[in-house]
Amino acid sequence: MTAFFLIFISAAITDNMLLSRFLGMCSCIGLSKKSDTALGLGTAVVFVTSITAALNFLVYNYVLIPSGLEYLTFITFIIVIAATVQFIEMVIERVSPSLYGTLGIFLPLITVNCAILGISLFMLNKPYGFIEAFVFGFGGGVGWMVAIMLISAIRERINEQAVPRGLEGPGITLIIIGIMALAFVGFSGMIR
Amino acid sequence: MAESTSAIFKRSLLSENPVLRQVLGICSALAVTNLLTNTLFMCAGVLFTTAMSNLVLSLMRNVIPQRIRMITQVAVISTFVMVVDVVIKALSPDVHRFIGPYVGLIITNCIIMGRAEAFAASNSPWPSFLDGVASGLGYSLVLIVIALVREPLGFGTILGIALPLKEHWWHQWTIMVMPTSAFFALALLTWVTKNLLGGTK
Repeated sequence: MTAFFLIFISAAITDNMLLSRFLGMCSCIGLSKKSDTALGLGTAVVFVTSITAALNFLVYNYVLIPSGLEYLTFITFIIVIAATVQFIEMVIERVSPSLYGTLGIFLPLITVNCAILGISLFMLNKPYGFIEAFVFGFGGGVGWMVAIMLISAIRERINEQAVPRGLEGPGITLIIIGIMALAFVGFSGMIR
Repeated sequence: MAESTSAIFKRSLLSENPVLRQVLGICSALAVTNLLTNTLFMCAGVLFTTAMSNLVLSLMRNVIPQRIRMITQVAVISTFVMVVDVVIKALSPDVHRFIGPYVGLIITNCIIMGRAEAFAASNSPWPSFLDGVASGLGYSLVLIVIALVREPLGFGTILGIALPLKEHWWHQWTIMVMPTSAFFALALLTWVTKNLLGGTK
């Protein structure tokens, strides 16, 4: 149990996908203007990372390795991700139209969110079993969600402030993220 | 919509630079820029992938059904990324160990998808190929500038070669090795270019 907890914490905080691995930057900068949007996108990411990390683990260990096809990793992973996203979209649409209303528009964006593919690829470098892989995916997703929500909360405030003209928009956002990343460096070394 | 070659290059390198002006593809821009060698490998990979996938997708543009366009694009792009990955692994295993996962992430680099969608889907092969090369160069330009700031300040070297008289003036600026500095470097660069090129978006 402790082991799972450690994996979760390290994936979510010390190795935060957004702030120390820089994944999912594009969608983060594009969609962090409002905290509602950030929450919706974040939730969708958590869903998808947990499922795809587990699925990709199975595909990699039980299909690609036995048949000696490791060089097909990238294309397989991205297809698994695209298919999962499509599938989740259909399920949510049937089961809960209200949830679909909130998450629906974010799901297609997720296929090209590098955090999702990134989590699956980083997972390969670690000696994880099936459940650990799932926890790692879940933790990575939660970390990403927390980061984008914090950023969007700060951006909402910044919007009302005077910012040097050239820095408006992406420029100041990068600086905010930079400062937050510095803060997150403080967590490194917490878990060995 | 016949855009001249020079217009394509000018647009992609400056006025619509993918990294600085459209804020695309910055994940890898931030992660690989602490050493110039890694940056150059990454840039070559992105350049090759944008150019080739634009070319192929433009050739295929009339036969791809609208509904599965996205997945076709992803499949074509990831094919080229696999080629890049194998080549980098063969040329320099050391570099590959460091940038390995980021090479895979070229697939989800928004620049490539963006160009495929915005340009190759509606233009003939040769301009699409040029557009791909130009966007790749625009991306490389920014990455190389950032790497040229980070590597000398963080390690006191350029391409792994120590700067002259390093021991007399150089003091390690640890933050430049850390990922965080990339955010600041990129933000300052956007600031400078925005002021130089003028105009708002």
